[in-house]
Amino acid sequence: MTRWLIAPVLLPLFTAVLLIFMAERGFAGGGRRAQRAVSILCALALVAVAAVLLKQSIHGSHQVYHLGNWEAPYGIVLVLDRLSAMMVALTSLIALVSVIYASRGTDSESHYFHPMFQLQLVGLMGAFLTGDLFNLFVFFEILLIASYCLLVYGGTGPRVRAGVHYVVINLVGSALFLIAIGTLYGVTGTLNMADLSVRVAELGPSDAGLVRAGALLLLVVFGVKAALFPLYFWLPNTYAAANPAVAALFAIMTKVGVYCIVRIYTLVFGPDAGVAAMVAEPWLMPAAIGTLVLGAIGAFASRRLRRMQGYLLISSTGTMLASIGVFTAAALGAGLYYLVHSTIAIAAMFLLVDLIARQRGLGDDRLERSLAPAQPALLGLLFFAGAIAIAGVPPLSGFIGKGLILAAAPAVPSGWWLWGTLLGGSLISLVALARAGSMVFWNTFDSSAGDDPFSRDVPVIAPAPHPAGSVFPVFMLLGMLVVLTVFAGPISEFTKQTAEQLLAPEQYIRAVLGDGVGR
Amino acid sequence: MEALMAGAIGVLTACAVYLLLRSRTYPVILGVMMLSYAVNLFLLASGRISVTTPPVIVEGAQSYADPLPQALVLTAIVIGFGMAAFMIVLALRAQIGLGTDHVDGKEPAE
Repeated sequence: MTRWLIAPVLLPLFTAVLLIFMAERGFAGGGRRAQRAVSILCALALVAVAAVLLKQSIHGSHQVYHLGNWEAPYGIVLVLDRLSAMMVALTSLIALVSVIYASRGTDSESHYFHPMFQLQLVGLMGAFLTGDLFNLFVFFEILLIASYCLLVYGGTGPRVRAGVHYVVINLVGSALFLIAIGTLYGVTGTLNMADLSVRVAELGPSDAGLVRAGALLLLVVFGVKAALFPLYFWLPNTYAAANPAVAALFAIMTKVGVYCIVRIYTLVFGPDAGVAAMVAEPWLMPAAIGTLVLGAIGAFASRRLRRMQGYLLISSTGTMLASIGVFTAAALGAGLYYLVHSTIAIAAMFLLVDLIARQRGLGDDRLERSLAPAQPALLGLLFFAGAIAIAGVPPLSGFIGKGLILAAAPAVPSGWWLWGTLLGGSLISLVALARAGSMVFWNTFDSSAGDDPFSRDVPVIAPAPHPAGSVFPVFMLLGMLVVLTVFAGPISEFTKQTAEQLLAPEQYIRAVLGDGVGR
Repeated sequence: MEALMAGAIGVLTACAVYLLLRSRTYPVILGVMMLSYAVNLFLLASGRISVTTPPVIVEGAQSYADPLPQALVLTAIVIGFGMAAFMIVLALRAQIGLGTDHVDGKEPAE
């Protein structure tokens, strides 16, 4: 049954190739519709595969797929455990929703939107499944180059400018990643994560400096991907400039960084890692709390809705990383539950803000007095629901996630800092969202009364009603949040078991290297 | 040999960091490329530096060089090359679209 493991990587890869050929043939005679259909079908199939994998992982056994049948640690392995399965499932759901949204019109800027979108999925799925550090780098590059193309395609000034910044910072991040890989390989002589875990634990004090440097350099690299303080400056502009469907997918891209931090610092540099034991612990919590606070302040200070969502994403990343930084099963599980929640909630907000901005005509996403959206009641209610989810107010799952984090945080002394900053940050986010919502939906010009400033000197761009069905993906995401709330018991139990599995890396090592190896 | 290698990596990295902090896209691209050269040398050195030792099994060889870093460097070179090409095109696109090659997308006020 381990053959299913490679499916999340291969399926989008072959689909991408097929879609490129379809794009080459041009779009006369319904070609675009066919391309959309293939892309959506692939996303649906991915959801099905992810469900199969999730079901297989739920009993807690590890599955290992040896690429080319090379034995670990010489060959590259893909490993499925609860965390990988959870991330693959989350990615496939977000991908499905994004591609449906994009198929309602925003993909028309380029023939190559769908191929690039699928290639991005290849990189994401591969990064979540691989058990090899260098292979992780390769999948990072795949997802990055696809994301560069997705970000700048069909772009004008601001989008290309944001693209340049994004590409440069990620290229520097890749260079640092390679230096970290080289350092760790030079010290341990292996790149397989399970083998690395065994070898790092055996290192003597003479290698302590090098291996710790390599480990912390990895934290910097993953911090860039996850937009951790102080490495988050690239994110708000980039996500604000991106196509909305792409931004929704990018919501999962920062989680790649979070996933790698969880994976590496529980498996390789966990409490049993000898000279490099818990090397990230002193840094992760303060950096995460800084991210949380600055993200909330940034959201409060934003003058545009899209940038505000970017800052809220940063703040939520800080929240989950602070919880993960406690490194107990309860806190790690709470952080993972919050990860699922916040990814879905932020993706919903990115799509929703795009709908709002397009309906406001010239007002776009500026937080200024402007025309009301064409469907104020519908979008207003959706915005209200999304804001509740993100700010963590009952009854939606954000409240449950934050509650779990608060309950688990006091396990370490710095947990009380998390109490203060998390509650304070949530309050600031709530105020920011309330202010934005009332500005957009209530502080509006009445165009029938003739006090529309645009009608005099500027040609009015009629607020474009969105294509039919654009709201549907937002409903899907909010529906997922409702499911996450209703089934909070079983789901949080699953994330807690995931955390327990992560904190007992011996099973992972045995699954990859065979029974004879242990530490 | 070690000193030469370390010096080359250090000088390349220092130049790369300087260039990366410039305000025009062209020096920034040069900086990124130079950083990738430094990284490639570093990766190669992570398999220990040796001269005239074969990386694959040869009859009569006394010792072997580690072949894995050489394979890693090859991968890193290919990826780095592709990224550099993409970056150059993107920078050209930005300059044509924005009318300036300043990294902020607008000329600084005098």
